[in-house]
Amino acid sequence: MHHPAVSAISHEVMAAPASSYDVLLVGGGLVGLATAWRAARRGLRVAVVDPAPASAAAASHAAAGMLAPISEVTYTEEPLLRLGLASLERWPAFAAELAADSGHDLDYRTDGTLEVAFGSDDLAALDELAGFMEKLGLPVERLTGRECRRLEPMLAPAVRGGLLAPGDAWVDPRRVTRALLAALERRGVTMVPARAAGLERSGEAVVGVRLAPAGEAPGGGTPSGTTGGGTPSGTPSGDASDGISPGGTTDGGSPGEAPSGRVLFAERVILAAGAWSGAARWLPPEVLPPVRPVKGQIMRLRSPEPVLRHCVRGMVHGSYVYLVPRGDGELVLGATQEELGFDTRVTAGGLWELLRDARELVPGVTELEVADVVAGLRPGTPDNLPLIGPTVLPGLSLATGHHRGGVLLTPITTALLMNEAGDDEGLAALCSPLRFQEQR
Amino acid sequence: MDDDLIIGGEKFSSRLIMGTGGAPSLEVLDQALVASGTELTTVAMRRLDPASRGSVLDVLRARGIKVLPNTAGCFTAGEAVLTARLAREALETNWVKLEVISDERTLLPDPIETFDAAERLVADGFVVLPYIGDDPALARRLEQAGCAAVMPLGAPIGSGLGIRNPHNIELIVEAAGVPVILDAGIGTASDAALAMELGCDAVLLATAVTRAQRPDLMAEAMRAAVRAGRAARLAGRIPRRRYAEASSPTHP
Repeated sequence: MHHPAVSAISHEVMAAPASSYDVLLVGGGLVGLATAWRAARRGLRVAVVDPAPASAAAASHAAAGMLAPISEVTYTEEPLLRLGLASLERWPAFAAELAADSGHDLDYRTDGTLEVAFGSDDLAALDELAGFMEKLGLPVERLTGRECRRLEPMLAPAVRGGLLAPGDAWVDPRRVTRALLAALERRGVTMVPARAAGLERSGEAVVGVRLAPAGEAPGGGTPSGTTGGGTPSGTPSGDASDGISPGGTTDGGSPGEAPSGRVLFAERVILAAGAWSGAARWLPPEVLPPVRPVKGQIMRLRSPEPVLRHCVRGMVHGSYVYLVPRGDGELVLGATQEELGFDTRVTAGGLWELLRDARELVPGVTELEVADVVAGLRPGTPDNLPLIGPTVLPGLSLATGHHRGGVLLTPITTALLMNEAGDDEGLAALCSPLRFQEQR
Repeated sequence: MDDDLIIGGEKFSSRLIMGTGGAPSLEVLDQALVASGTELTTVAMRRLDPASRGSVLDVLRARGIKVLPNTAGCFTAGEAVLTARLAREALETNWVKLEVISDERTLLPDPIETFDAAERLVADGFVVLPYIGDDPALARRLEQAGCAAVMPLGAPIGSGLGIRNPHNIELIVEAAGVPVILDAGIGTASDAALAMELGCDAVLLATAVTRAQRPDLMAEAMRAAVRAGRAARLAGRIPRRRYAEASSPTHP
């Protein structure tokens, strides 16, 4: 990807002595960029602080882009379902406006998710899930094995039955971030290729962000050279935190210590640093969010013709795998869930599990070309719900902790931050970062 | 009633040992662990970085629950020994729940690899709690090899099929000089109570709670069931009779 215009803008800004904005995003992943875009659309002056916006380290780079709150519902997670449904409802307008603003095609598709089961144990589990969905009033359709295969002829004959969630959709997250970068450029949003190193305070209130001086940043200040995520080598070494870099955060220094870098002032600072949000040690402890990295490995396959028409999700001997088709013939297989800190190594075992289960569902996948294998870090929270909205510090908001649902939850996240969500269902309270405050 | 469970010289007042697998979120897991009253919980060491913050280990530490690392996912004695050593180094505990499986479909334990690993780990100073089939002969051999407890299954992991061979569990209990912990297969509260009535010293379960519709409530049910089953065992059940016996005799 090349963004000559972005670096040109940045250079200009870096030369300016002081800057002031209405909204300043720390973190240029999908959520940060989308929030910046929505704010800019409202005519606000916006800046995004990130050494490498939309880089390969962003969780969205390794995301399949399933917008599937219905087929992914599980026990105890009805609140997440409500949030997901509210966001799914916003996706068509979000996608249309972004496509218009950027001139990009997002490969946004609304053909639904087909969830299939193998063997009697998986079928029984699917039946129970269907009962739960019906109880929740979700629109799902029960299908026999043969009906599933009529919809998707490439499915294995061993498919015993399935559920169609016609309301589910999906999108290509890499296209979305590219489109956002283009839209931000058109809207004149300032991209600041630097790391945040501290909050600028005026009493209690947060009035801006101090940047790490160029050259002193971890990783030598040229993070665009690193690939694959958390640490330059991707190893889970004991000093992983020293290499914590993506998302525009650094763990260097603590608030109040010798301000060494330039300050960007803003009415409102929003931390959107994904899996790195919980490791941003330059934040005061009372607002450091309980976010941990949850590793996911995915595999991208390529075929001349699309292999599937729907998003297919299957339970194979108790474990889940999904296959997401792109318009250009690409097929995404995902995803593992591993609690390994900032480790982003792609492993043989991770890929083998994906292929083993995907081949049970669609035997033809092993004929396809491997286009890409990648591991990303989801920002997990204790209750699997994101942290969106004001913190105890006036002027500082969070937009992080989206775990497996970052792409799905992007529209509702921006709406909550811009107070455009209304509050019909108490979603703001559900996502409020203040819910963890009393546990400190 | 002073009725502690003693494993490897350590006392526990709860006889319910929990696993963490399958919980939808750390918060749900936390609530379930609290409701279960457990003091000892097993954690799979594969796919876990003990050094990273905010993990399941932090949940256990915050609640003061002792961590029992396990070797789930290992197919050979070699892998299991290596995993146990890594766990000992990372978690500073010499306890290990030894789990060596023979195939992915059934997840049944491999008796030969398990015995091999148990011998090596005992020699290396570990407190070894091996997960085994419901085989009285193997249980006895593992005790002789120096294991601190034996953990026979009720049914395959995650199956919720209950205790498929209560007779074998009774035989294991009869012969054992170390605690017998019923591990795997528990589906609901009555299964846990039955394990204790058969004379098991403790019950280990995970899926029955973590995948329940309301994990915290099921954890509470399991806690009560283990207590009830233990009390019934200590109280001594009446003999089974073919015909009725009036509970209020006409003359005292």
